[in-house]
Amino acid sequence: MASDIQRVAIAQIAPKLGDLGANLERHHEYIREASAQGAQLIVFPELGLTGYQTQDLTLEVARSATSPEIQSIVDQSREIDVLFSFVEETQDHLFYVTALYASQGKVVHKHRKVYLPTYGMFDERRYFAPGDRFDAYASSLGTAGILICEDAWHLSAPYLLAMQQATLLLVPASSPWRNTMAAAEFGSHAFWRHLLQMYAQLLGVHIVFANRVGYEDGVHFYGGSGVVAPNGSWLVEAATGESELVVAEIDRRLTRRMRYTTPLVRDERVHLVASQLHALLQRGDFRAPGH
Amino acid sequence: MRPDIEQALCLREDLTASVLEGFLRDEVRKVGFERVVFGLSGGIDSALSAYLATRALGREQVHAVLMPYRSSSPSSLADAMEVVRDLNIPHTVVEITGPIDAYFEQMDKLLGKQASPLRRGNRMARERMVTLYDLSAAMNALVVGTSNKTELLLGYGTQFGDMASAINPIGDLYKCQVRQLSAYVGVPQSILNKAPSADLWADQTDEKELGFTYDDADEILYQWVDLRLSPDEIVERGYDESLVRHIVQRVQRNQYKRKPPIIAKLSGRTIGIDFRYLRDWGH
Repeated sequence: MASDIQRVAIAQIAPKLGDLGANLERHHEYIREASAQGAQLIVFPELGLTGYQTQDLTLEVARSATSPEIQSIVDQSREIDVLFSFVEETQDHLFYVTALYASQGKVVHKHRKVYLPTYGMFDERRYFAPGDRFDAYASSLGTAGILICEDAWHLSAPYLLAMQQATLLLVPASSPWRNTMAAAEFGSHAFWRHLLQMYAQLLGVHIVFANRVGYEDGVHFYGGSGVVAPNGSWLVEAATGESELVVAEIDRRLTRRMRYTTPLVRDERVHLVASQLHALLQRGDFRAPGH
Repeated sequence: MRPDIEQALCLREDLTASVLEGFLRDEVRKVGFERVVFGLSGGIDSALSAYLATRALGREQVHAVLMPYRSSSPSSLADAMEVVRDLNIPHTVVEITGPIDAYFEQMDKLLGKQASPLRRGNRMARERMVTLYDLSAAMNALVVGTSNKTELLLGYGTQFGDMASAINPIGDLYKCQVRQLSAYVGVPQSILNKAPSADLWADQTDEKELGFTYDDADEILYQWVDLRLSPDEIVERGYDESLVRHIVQRVQRNQYKRKPPIIAKLSGRTIGIDFRYLRDWGH
């Protein structure tokens, strides 16, 4: 049984576009630092090893999950659990936005980004293949699930993880700043905050949001990483715009109290949802959006 | 401006300034530079760029270049000098009268006619660009752009002239936002209050030349570009139809100014089409 209080670190870094070597070095440094601070887990942003807008660099920066570079981080997980993200290339040469959760020197879980935004300023589907599942997994911090950035903007994704008994959602992100108008309470940042606070409360989970910082061709990634507790409060918040390592203490007893006080997950009607969705799919006139 | 649009365009000044200062630091240093150079006209746009660059990089790392022509308004130079004094930044005054007059003396003879104000204005804007890029090499400094979103969209600028730069911190700010942020960073009152002018000939003002006000342009552009309303929907909201059509057409007609030259595609991988890398590639 894991202890009630656990320390989680977030590496809010500014990856160097296309420079796997420099980014690996930074990962190793942050892992050592988080470990020295007594954290049991460190979470890195989406595509922390490659930078976000890899475009045609995709072909150069892609690595198999068993490559020496990736293995070097997995090896470091003997000290501390590590969640990190890179461009994964499979044996049949498909490219994914992938996050690996490594613990005790082994890969415990692999998540491939399911929802690849390809609209407005985003162009992910041009380069990447989409993942096809959301699986929760056992970790030393309890049952966990991974949502990479846009995955978390789809209601069903955190829902599916919570139904698999996840009490910890890990959200590596590369979210750009959009809209600095006052009325919008700074756009994407406000949206993320509301979203995560709501998920945390609705699903009775802790959420670790690790967003990158830095600029790529004028696009600003704002950071604002942090940990939200099941009562919707922020346990730690990184500054906007600066590289830093932040550490939060997660108290699982809060999850217990919140889930007892407001037992929304307990009362969820999974069979009802499943049967209605099933019936919908059977309907002759049903057209799934986007397919 | 309608209150709801005015409010929607209202910036979080502290955040905007900090994002833009971070942008300047990051994009300048990433490519191996420490310094920037820019033209300082005495107008609000280049003043804002000057304040942002100085806040981002420090006064020793910026260099203002004042490039008057003999017909330039003396108040422009005075306003530019006030920025230089207020920020206490290094500057150079480079008269462009000599090269401009020499050029047109020859060209008017060759063509057998006097150049139009438009041609003369374009030539001045490009002379200033040439000067800035020369000083860029001389001072090992990147050229900072001073074109705002309104004029970039309207195409109210000279291609390869004042529209040319290496990095532009204010290109996503509408004119009204430039005014708001300028007041926030402390641009002198004389610059904040005067009518915007390209100052290419005597008594020129932007709004007189454009035939509409910047407020009208900002209001229509914001709804069309940012909110993606159709021109018809904007007219439905009570805006003058001919003005809406005129502005939309202007933006479309000037798209070429905002793009690098197009290249005829022959190979399987063509620059500008399917050779896709950020400019930050390798930095």
